[in-house]
Amino acid sequence: MFAPLFARELRVLLRNRGAVFNPMAFMFLAVMLFAVGSPLTDNSRAQFGGAILWIIVLLTNMLSLDSLFRRDYDNGVLEQVISTAAVPFVAVLSRMLVQWIGTGLLMTLLAPLLCLFLGLPNQAIPITMLALLLGTPALSLLGAVGAAITVGFSRGGILLGLLVLPMFLPVLIFGASAISQAVAGEGSSAPLYWLAFISMLALTIGPFATTAGLRISLQMQ
Amino acid sequence: MSLKELWHKLGSPRWFYQMSSPWVTAFGFAAALLLVIGVIWGLVYAPQDYQQGNSFRIMYVHVPAAMVAQSVYIGMGVAGFVLFVWRMKLADVAIAACLPFGVMLTTLALFTGGVWGRPTWGTWWEWDGRTVSTLVLLFLFIGIYALREAIVDVELRGRASALLAMVGTINIPVIKYSVEWWNTLHQPASFTISEKPTMPPEMWLPLLVMVLGIYCYAAHNIMSRMRIEILQRESRTQWVRNLFVVDKVSGT
Amino acid sequence: MNPQFETLNEFFAMGGHALYVWLAYGSTIGVLLGNFFMLRSAKKRQLRELKWSARVAAEELATENE
Repeated sequence: MFAPLFARELRVLLRNRGAVFNPMAFMFLAVMLFAVGSPLTDNSRAQFGGAILWIIVLLTNMLSLDSLFRRDYDNGVLEQVISTAAVPFVAVLSRMLVQWIGTGLLMTLLAPLLCLFLGLPNQAIPITMLALLLGTPALSLLGAVGAAITVGFSRGGILLGLLVLPMFLPVLIFGASAISQAVAGEGSSAPLYWLAFISMLALTIGPFATTAGLRISLQMQ
Repeated sequence: MSLKELWHKLGSPRWFYQMSSPWVTAFGFAAALLLVIGVIWGLVYAPQDYQQGNSFRIMYVHVPAAMVAQSVYIGMGVAGFVLFVWRMKLADVAIAACLPFGVMLTTLALFTGGVWGRPTWGTWWEWDGRTVSTLVLLFLFIGIYALREAIVDVELRGRASALLAMVGTINIPVIKYSVEWWNTLHQPASFTISEKPTMPPEMWLPLLVMVLGIYCYAAHNIMSRMRIEILQRESRTQWVRNLFVVDKVSGT
Repeated sequence: MNPQFETLNEFFAMGGHALYVWLAYGSTIGVLLGNFFMLRSAKKRQLRELKWSARVAAEELATENE
């Protein structure tokens, strides 16, 4: 059951390239703003580069999450899926997976570029990619909960941030830590384990909470 | 009354309203007594801290505020769980009642923490495990408040806030440990409340009194708000009308 | 257990930390008292309104029965 749903979501994603392109464009713009706006010395780049990268990743994800369910909510497709599907959980999970592909996975692949623009040394690139790979699923899984609850509000965007950013905080902490450690040359895998743990935790509660949130939002229509 | 009977009774707002009346008064008096004793004890009788001097007394208001604020949120999370699983109306009333006091207490904790920090460690604000998780707690409270403002339908509003309360409750310990872990890397071990075991009784006894006092105050406050909310929601029912009509009929 | 301060002035001065201690305690007591009194007046207002609407309902019932 998962495969056809997933394939369908993927097709929608590919057709709707703007939904992926816009957040990515924002991401690079934000990187540019940071790089140009603050006179980063080599030293401060090493210190702050990791945090800046992750903050941008968080905000980009938020941007992408805002439209996660909105179109299908408005055109009635969401209602159909949730009420008629035998296991709506699977549909929700496949959408989350595809959203992650369009954000987290893409960010992981683009990490070398991000590191270059933020002035992070080459030695940090592998850890950065790994940290993004392990940490971004948590963002997609937990962020979807906020997206599900706020999909019914016309001005949900700001509320989405308020609900979702506190949940992103641990990912930021460990992700930034992983990168700054890699830059400094120390190699502790502790933050990476934490990121993996948080993503696992998000996997267990995210889809359920999102489905529940969608049901609530649909009843508000 | 068995636990099961108690559970069923809790489904009725009316029962809660009637049953809570003596409790509210009791908690109110207990709170007043404990807080007066605690404040006087902490301000006047507790010994000075060797290093911090008299600013140490701020602990007697800061720590209870922070502890109870966190408990109130967790209580809200539990109420959310009850609402979600058993659809108990009273749980939504409880969530609504916890919010105002939760916000006030969290803000107070942050403020008194800053005031304590200035003479003790030199800064009004420091980013460490406790400040971050308390600040996040404030945002979580505000988030639920904003969500409730945005949804009109009472039942949906209840379920949405319950969902958020539950997810947030899981989040709090994760945040706390993550920031503390980060701090062990970046800062030498700073002052922790684990000094308590090494605190002499003359120092932590007033703290205990204050903590209990704030808990009683919280119980009094939340129950009172619940009672107001129940009357509001059920104002059109017969039992509420009967609370007031009796006066008219008897002429008093 | 003895009081830690010899004079009232010493008490208010708090060993030089007066500003901080009194800010903290003042805000706490202020919040607790303020909260309590606001809640009390809200409750009084509510009771007044409910009494009034109950009276109105009773009068309507009385006029109906005539």
